[in-house]
Amino acid sequence: MRQKVFFTIPYTLWILLFVIAPLVLIFYQSFFNIDGQATLGNYATYLTSRVYLKMTLNSVWYAFLITLVTLVISYPTAYVLNRLPNKQFWLLLVILPTWINLLLKTYAFIGLFSQTGTVNQFLRFVGLGSHQLLFTDASFMFVAAYIEIPFMVLPIFNSLAEINPSLINASKDLGASQWQTFTKVVWPLSLPGVKAGIQAVFIPSLSLFMITRLIGGNRVITLGTAIEEHFLTTQNWGMGSTIGVILILAMFIVMFITGEGRQKGGHRE
Amino acid sequence: MKKLFAATVGILALCLLLAFGDYALNRQTNQSGRRTVTIYNWGDYVDPALISKFEQQTGYHVDYETFDSNESMLTKIRQGGTNYDLVIPSEYTVQRMKREHLIAPLDHRKLPNLHYIDPQFMNRSFDPGNRYSVPYFWGTLGIIYNDQMVDGRDVQHWSQLWNPRLKNNVMLIDSARDVFAMALITQGDSVNTTNYHQLRKAQRHLKQLTPNVKAIIADEMKMYMEQNEAAVGVTYSGDAREMMSVNHHLHYVVPSEGSNIWFDNMVIPKAARNKAAAYQFINFMLEPANAAQNARYVGYATPNRKAKQLLPKRVTADRAFYPPRTTMKHLQTYRDLPLHVLGEYNDLFLEFKMFAK
Amino acid sequence: MKKHHFTWGGLYLALVFVILYAPILYLMIFSFSAGKTMEKYHGFSFQHYADLFADGRMITIVINTLIVALLASLIATIIGTMGALVIKDSRGTWRNSLLSLNNVLMVSPDVIIGASFLIFFTVLGIRLGFMSVLLSHIAFCIPIVVLMVLPKLNELSPTLVDAAYDLGASRWQALSRVVLPAIAPGIFAGYFMALTYSLDDFAVTFFVTGNGFSTLSVEIYSRARQGINLEINALSTLMFFVSLLLVIGYYFISKHSGRRNRIVAVKEGDAQ
Repeated sequence: MRQKVFFTIPYTLWILLFVIAPLVLIFYQSFFNIDGQATLGNYATYLTSRVYLKMTLNSVWYAFLITLVTLVISYPTAYVLNRLPNKQFWLLLVILPTWINLLLKTYAFIGLFSQTGTVNQFLRFVGLGSHQLLFTDASFMFVAAYIEIPFMVLPIFNSLAEINPSLINASKDLGASQWQTFTKVVWPLSLPGVKAGIQAVFIPSLSLFMITRLIGGNRVITLGTAIEEHFLTTQNWGMGSTIGVILILAMFIVMFITGEGRQKGGHRE
Repeated sequence: MKKLFAATVGILALCLLLAFGDYALNRQTNQSGRRTVTIYNWGDYVDPALISKFEQQTGYHVDYETFDSNESMLTKIRQGGTNYDLVIPSEYTVQRMKREHLIAPLDHRKLPNLHYIDPQFMNRSFDPGNRYSVPYFWGTLGIIYNDQMVDGRDVQHWSQLWNPRLKNNVMLIDSARDVFAMALITQGDSVNTTNYHQLRKAQRHLKQLTPNVKAIIADEMKMYMEQNEAAVGVTYSGDAREMMSVNHHLHYVVPSEGSNIWFDNMVIPKAARNKAAAYQFINFMLEPANAAQNARYVGYATPNRKAKQLLPKRVTADRAFYPPRTTMKHLQTYRDLPLHVLGEYNDLFLEFKMFAK
Repeated sequence: MKKHHFTWGGLYLALVFVILYAPILYLMIFSFSAGKTMEKYHGFSFQHYADLFADGRMITIVINTLIVALLASLIATIIGTMGALVIKDSRGTWRNSLLSLNNVLMVSPDVIIGASFLIFFTVLGIRLGFMSVLLSHIAFCIPIVVLMVLPKLNELSPTLVDAAYDLGASRWQALSRVVLPAIAPGIFAGYFMALTYSLDDFAVTFFVTGNGFSTLSVEIYSRARQGINLEINALSTLMFFVSLLLVIGYYFISKHSGRRNRIVAVKEGDAQ
């Protein structure tokens, strides 16, 4: 019995100290204003000022676009991947870039996208002239999608791999065209993977903060950027926590919509 | 089980080895051993040769740590547990630290070299009588432009940045007070305004600037301006000098209608462990030869009158870095504002950034 | 299957792979350039590698990063394995709530983890630096270990443990002689995953670090903001090969221990 207690203590302590306490603290902190007085003001500000509501909508909109772009690129990738021989090996190749530090990948894009960068050199070479690439919405979304692709490919790939081939054969035997087989059989059966992928991409996209600065030139403000700014620059922890609470709520909503049963993970910004 | 145990021991041994390596590595640079003085300063804001010289002269070992904003520095000091002996905050932060009792009053008898400081930089409103701080460098906020991409005459004043011809060609510094200072000055208000209507008006004015804004960034601006990524940037004089040394098409202007003038100052935190060394370091940096050498390295303007005389004429005659009296008259320092007012600046700035496209 | 379908698909896949690897190759190629920027290739040189090894601050930071990662993963693995045992022994709603609590840190955005830990450390008065970073890394690595060990525990046949008891083994003996050896592959896999999480983390460390303590990600962030520096390219090339080695090594461990590719399993984070 003593042994059981011995095992339970560290893990429960971790749950209490590093799971529950920080969440409680961020909630608690959200009721204090910048002068350290207890108030509901942060929530009032959030709900009444156009700035924060609009920022939230903006942030959701960007996250939606990033998720969409990622999905559009990833679904065919997973689909094709699934039909290859040695598919586990190819899948591993898709995942390998996630082991490269995120900062390094972002840093590469700074070099690629600048006025004198490689992409512009190429554009000039083919006669398209140089374009402003850095600090545009397009490049921000591209880089964000680039980072998220593997996390979308994975769950879709797995749900596609689980589809029983005899179902597809049956569909064909019954005279369905390839398109019909896809829309009526494959797509519905891969939906759990798509949902898991959306969950894995949407929430991190809401809370991106480093790319908004390095690639977006601070012209894109997400919930994550606002939290970082309030905590580390303006020192308004109360407001930062309030936005944090909103972000946590958003997270629960997304998890509820995309099916509460699945646990997602393995993903950090 | 044996395998697990062996792996655990292996990992721990590896950690110990690494920790030892770390220790050995830092010991090499840390020969003098116990007597250290810890300096907390902005990145790359002192000539490393001067640090070595100070170490040789005094036998102290200097631990040089850096911060990248007054706010992050303040958080670390407030958080406690730190033992910095000397910190170099900007003027409004000196005011804040004073109010929060984070810094110790200076004993001027221990600072014989203080008289080298130009009187016009002494006894400023943020620290009357210099009871807590000694000026280190001063500088301005201004406009840097690339003469290949824009005519210099078109960027002499803040209001000219609103010119539609600069569409998507202006880089701003990511700092609420600096960006608002620019807008407040164009509308003739104080950069320290606490009047919400003036702020709101400034923000509406800034919103009209958004088509011209390419990015709102910090240190990165150096790289981008050097690489001709944008025609115009709003930045600090010292950063401007650095950019100009790399790209000769860049020029710096302090708008004559007014701008921000700032001071970075040496202060000794209350929690300092080695105050004697901190005083020695301040004195050392006030020594005209050292101050001049430092100014040449860092590129900011020195408040040290004697040191300024030691600098080459072409440096001190440069009106962009040592502005003429008529411009100096219009330069304003930031005052530390009440937190809720700062909150308004920050919220309005966040809103501005959101619409900056 | 129709042949032309494969060709189009293959082309598409090739394009995706080009996009995925272009930035990484780009960094690596310029790490060998004699020039100073990533604009033009200036001929082969090891100059930037030499600079990197001569950069004392960078080496200290690499060592710090490794110590944090190795130590945090080790402690997280020990606590996480205990946690898996606790969850395995629990029943009903208690088990479900434990599992949900376990997954909170897995699904929370990093900004939230970073910000809430910052408040937590400030309230407790823990000095920001090595200790706060280490504690944070331990904290966010624990759930991964639990998720890696738990399936192995579930696979373990209860009769095996019962047999051990029948043969007169104490609880400790049953654990050390039967349970732990059986779940060892899960524990190693958990350690490995924790290691990669810790090495890769930027956001959480960014919030809770201080007093001059820095890890690689944070250092790269501040250096990247100061401009292109090919020393970073050299570093990323080295890091790429280290991760490649780790992944290959891990691939063989997991092949050895189970049918399903567990890298895939954990990146998806599918608990069961």
